[in-house]
Amino acid sequence: MITQIDNPVIEIHDLSVSYEKKPVLWDVDMSLPEGKLIGIIGPNGAGKSTLLKSIMGLIPLSSGYINIEGKPLKEVRSKISYVPQRESVDWDFPTSVFEVVMMGRYGQLGLLKRPRKSDREIVMDSLHKVGMEAFKDRQISELSGGQQQRVFLARALAQQADIYFMDEPFAGVDAATEKAIVELLRSMSAQNKTVIVVHHDLQSVARYFDWIILLNMRLVASGPIEETFTPELLQETYGGKLTLLTEISDLIQKNRFPNRE
Amino acid sequence: MWENAIDFFSFTDANVIYVVLGTIILGASAAVVGSFTFLRKRALIGDAIAHSILPGICIAFILGGTKNYAFLIIGAFISGWISILLVDYITKKSKLKEDTAIGLILSVFFGVGILLMTYIQQSGNAEQTGLNYFLFGKAASMVGQDVIVFSVISVILIITVFLFYKELQLISFDEAFAQSIGIRVKLISFILSSLTVLAVVTGIQAVGVVLMAALLITPFAAARYWSGYLPRILILAAIIGGFSGFSGTYISYIAPNMPTGPWVVMVLSVIALISIVFAPKKGIVSRWFKQRKYRRLIQDENILKAFFQIAESNESFGEPKSVAMIRKKRYYSDRLINRIFKRLKRQGFLKQSASGYYLSKFGQRKAARLVKLHRLWELYLTEYLRIAPDHVHEDADTIEHLITPELEKKLEEKLNYPKADPHNSQIPYDN
Repeated sequence: MITQIDNPVIEIHDLSVSYEKKPVLWDVDMSLPEGKLIGIIGPNGAGKSTLLKSIMGLIPLSSGYINIEGKPLKEVRSKISYVPQRESVDWDFPTSVFEVVMMGRYGQLGLLKRPRKSDREIVMDSLHKVGMEAFKDRQISELSGGQQQRVFLARALAQQADIYFMDEPFAGVDAATEKAIVELLRSMSAQNKTVIVVHHDLQSVARYFDWIILLNMRLVASGPIEETFTPELLQETYGGKLTLLTEISDLIQKNRFPNRE
Repeated sequence: MWENAIDFFSFTDANVIYVVLGTIILGASAAVVGSFTFLRKRALIGDAIAHSILPGICIAFILGGTKNYAFLIIGAFISGWISILLVDYITKKSKLKEDTAIGLILSVFFGVGILLMTYIQQSGNAEQTGLNYFLFGKAASMVGQDVIVFSVISVILIITVFLFYKELQLISFDEAFAQSIGIRVKLISFILSSLTVLAVVTGIQAVGVVLMAALLITPFAAARYWSGYLPRILILAAIIGGFSGFSGTYISYIAPNMPTGPWVVMVLSVIALISIVFAPKKGIVSRWFKQRKYRRLIQDENILKAFFQIAESNESFGEPKSVAMIRKKRYYSDRLINRIFKRLKRQGFLKQSASGYYLSKFGQRKAARLVKLHRLWELYLTEYLRIAPDHVHEDADTIEHLITPELEKKLEEKLNYPKADPHNSQIPYDN
């Protein structure tokens, strides 16, 4: 059940992606509405992070294309923000909370330019929104998991984008942080920002999202939460393992077989 | 030897000044550039480059037939770059991991280099004397013109790092994010690789190809101990690199037969060792002191608590207690208890009388607070974590030393100022 819409903010057309030669996403075709809080749901290895990374242009596509606001990625980069998984970076890196959030401004600053006063103000404002103002001079190595995630969110806020892609922002954070993040995402969505979140916990899906994407190597469903978050579709996403598809993928990887001519 | 030293420091020879300044700058620039390869977790790549430029130098010499510096540098630069490309190619296209690829390229290139050098030495070319200085370095063999070439390159390196600091920092910390905001990660990586090759090329005459990697990596590794803030670490690494470059030159003048590379590495190693042992916060000594402080704090607080508990059980507040009485509550050795008594007396928590020690007013307040925290925590564990009352004592014994006044207040409010703990002992409040 894939709900297609008119004037989508993101349009994904027949997308296939391989990761280290192994196909992980097959023929994903969907369109997403503006200003919604959208969850990407699916089991481990379903290709949720891969979907985000391919939209962000971080991994090459085997086939298909992606339009954001009707344009290719390169033309709208300043309007989108990406929050990688917290574990993807080394938190022992010698820098402060303030400096990490300032990285959110680098896209606008461009090469060879130093941050201006307005950038500093945006950084402080972003830190305020995630409740981390008091930690601005703290070494990032001294932060807890929840605080690290807040810093990453503040960095995304500092980008002042219209569309946000977040890879597992709720993974390994404390209950207070999870609540704070949800409230923040809601208020962003209320300002007509589109927020797309990779999410793991089925229990909270119905409470958090307006729209969900059910994914398991292929697109199972995409649509409003009321219509899409159904036992049948969840069963299709989680239950019936697509063993044949997995075996084919493994075979392609092993033989280094091109999955497109 | 002393005459050489006096000669050196009087700087009467203009060449000495040149060489000293040159090696300081090149040491500093290698340290700064090396810091970023370290941060990108590619510290070993510098070693591969350093070893791999030897064949480049030899081929440039064979082709040109002279020891002209500009010429040799171009040869070194090309073969250094080829080595990086090969390492990247092998890592990407084969099953070998990066460390294996580095080991492979390093040894193959260095082997070829030594082969070529042997060939040159036996060819009888009069120009070839001094070419072997490239192996272990000889700062004193540099002359004015070489030094100028080296210094200019080093200054360019430092300026480039300064200009691209923002981007270098970002791709070292979070490459995916850098790419997502449109930073050309491949271009910046290419710039960093070129800087690394140049840093190695400029350093070889002073340090030699074999030990050049130390000049790239060690200054950052040492500086990292003294600060957690990248700009400060870079400045410190530059100072350490510059100083070791200087010391290499110095030894090169006072002991003309000594190769400079090993000496530079010795100086660097001593600095790194000092950092690891003595740096504040992260150093071994400082950690040891901190641990001792906590150990003593726990011992002191346990003894204060024992005083309170004894006094509480037989209503003997203000009466002196002996070591033997305390020992019944805490099984520390006599010697240790006596030491703790003296410490607590010095801090004003205990007072001494003819028949033993007793709690001062101040000490009694502190002891009461500790007992309170212990009992509150026991209650919290049984009420909120549903742990059996006979299992909570051990936990509370550690946690009581950690609870801050803010947490104490929260705990009191959450439990609504209870009167007794799970074992029905009174909780003493301060009023």
